[in-house]
Amino acid sequence: MSGLALNNVTKEFGTFTAVNNVELTVPHGTFVCMLGPSGCGKTTLLRMIAGLDLPTGGAIRLDGEDITHVPTHKRNLGMVFQSLALFPHLTVGENIAYPLRIRGVPKEDQKKRVDELLLMIHLSGYADRPVAKLSGGQRQRVAIARALSISPKLFLLDEPLSALDAKLREAMQVELRQLQQKLGITTIVVTHDQREAMTMADTVVVMKGGEIRQAASPIEIYRRPADTFVADFIGSTNLLEAEADSTGGVTVLGQPVSGVSLGGGVRKATLSIRPEDVHLTAPGNGALSGTVTFVRDLGGTIETFVDIAGRQLVAVSTPRARPDVTVGQPVGVVLLPDVCVVLAK
Amino acid sequence: MRREAPQKLSDYGPLFFPAMMLIVFFVVPFATMIAVSFFQRQQGGFYVPAFQFANYERFLSLFFANVLGFSLMLAVTVAICCVVLAVPFTYLLTRMKRKVQIAWLVALLSVLSLSEVIIGFAWSTLFSRTAGITNLLVMAGIMSEAKALLPSFGAVLTGMVYQAFPYTVLVLYPALVRLDPTLTEAARTLGASPIKAFFTVVVPALRNTITATLIMVFIFALGSYLLPQLLGRPQHWTLSVLITDQAIYQSNMPFAAAMAVFLVLVTLGLVALTVLAGRKGETA
Repeated sequence: MSGLALNNVTKEFGTFTAVNNVELTVPHGTFVCMLGPSGCGKTTLLRMIAGLDLPTGGAIRLDGEDITHVPTHKRNLGMVFQSLALFPHLTVGENIAYPLRIRGVPKEDQKKRVDELLLMIHLSGYADRPVAKLSGGQRQRVAIARALSISPKLFLLDEPLSALDAKLREAMQVELRQLQQKLGITTIVVTHDQREAMTMADTVVVMKGGEIRQAASPIEIYRRPADTFVADFIGSTNLLEAEADSTGGVTVLGQPVSGVSLGGGVRKATLSIRPEDVHLTAPGNGALSGTVTFVRDLGGTIETFVDIAGRQLVAVSTPRARPDVTVGQPVGVVLLPDVCVVLAK
Repeated sequence: MRREAPQKLSDYGPLFFPAMMLIVFFVVPFATMIAVSFFQRQQGGFYVPAFQFANYERFLSLFFANVLGFSLMLAVTVAICCVVLAVPFTYLLTRMKRKVQIAWLVALLSVLSLSEVIIGFAWSTLFSRTAGITNLLVMAGIMSEAKALLPSFGAVLTGMVYQAFPYTVLVLYPALVRLDPTLTEAARTLGASPIKAFFTVVVPALRNTITATLIMVFIFALGSYLLPQLLGRPQHWTLSVLITDQAIYQSNMPFAAAMAVFLVLVTLGLVALTVLAGRKGETA
């Protein structure tokens, strides 16, 4: 199979299990974002793919070949570090040419390739500058170009954009995704920024406690989260406890709702409903009844906070669909069955 | 941060103490030495003020040129040996656990507390025929019979490298600790084996530190006068040995002073050349 495969990959540091039995296949040419809170094992997993850490169990295969114990420098990777790790004693051009120089590529070919890459990252003419004279965004591009200079089989990035300011980060996310699509290179990015993951990835891998909670396309993760952690971690959501009686009638926060089913035999579950899917209507008519506690009007979006039996629920709407509510007013909340995700308890 | 240039005399106040220290403990003794180097020696032990170049003239001979040449060569060799050994050693040390690092640093510091005399006699025992390390080699069956390894150039070199090695490590240590460990990791992901990464990233990134360390060890080794006498033959004696000999045993202060001044000038010249060469290499 072409691409990267992780089979039961485990990493233990003493008694602490950083990565536990991870199974993942990354088909050739896909862009994968590993996402999770700090300490979830995503960086350790990336370092094992790079060969900087050795797994204590399991196997890593690249294009069908077992690379678990192949040393880093023989894996033909490109990696961008969080610190970027540009070589301070080399110029921009020398940094980009470093992997070529190490492999004994002739000088003229090195220069040609460096010029190509500088053009690609919009830094033509910067070859002779010392890296210390570059701005944060420029350094970022140089680190990317250096990692790509040998056209690696795998392109790995460890929190590559975390050092940039918010605006530049958003622009670089788009740029990185476009670059990856142009080159068709298998790419794995570690990030804790879910917006970054949603922007760039074909597949988002959500991790927690050294385990993969869900691996799916960004929209699938958003629309069909596998559990309450994923639902809460990706975007914001309202998590509501639901109970079913023996006849299948469902109550949410003690109030009966129609049209929602928890599935056969399930008595207790959590419903996840995204704020933009919460519809506010007049009270009654089978809607959950609550009270508006606060309205946050951000101009572009309006967040309405509704209190239902002591639980807070947030509804987001656009100015065009501004709900006609004021604080303290009773309001009805409609749970549409097709936007409610039932999560096992 | 930009500061205003000093306006009043009192603005120079903070400079006063270090300036005084430099004058009392460096400028005055050094000036005295320069002055003495032009004085005339009195037969029988002392000197009278004069202004003559006789001391310098006497120095300009093939014999002293050879001694000077050997001293510089020995100091350069010691500096190179120390740095070649200490850079990989310190690099590996900084990658170890903190506890291990502390143990090594304490051991190195304890070597620093040994005086040159003790180091000299310790090595002369180790290199002797009767109690030296060759006996171990004989026991291991590598050598057929024990022999003395001193006096010899190798013995002098070993003793001096042993003495200067802790200094070298302590000077290199802070720079190597600060070196970003992801630099070598990055080099490895980009296709460099650990050894290649060391030579293409760690060593060049530490160029200035290494140059500074070379100069420091060179100057340190240039002043050594006990070890060459304890471990070497007369042809391994450095200029410092001759200066000591002239000053203390021959009571010829003016001549000793002249040699010392000459040694300082040559050393300064060499250091300046190294720094200049380093600057040129950086801009290239």
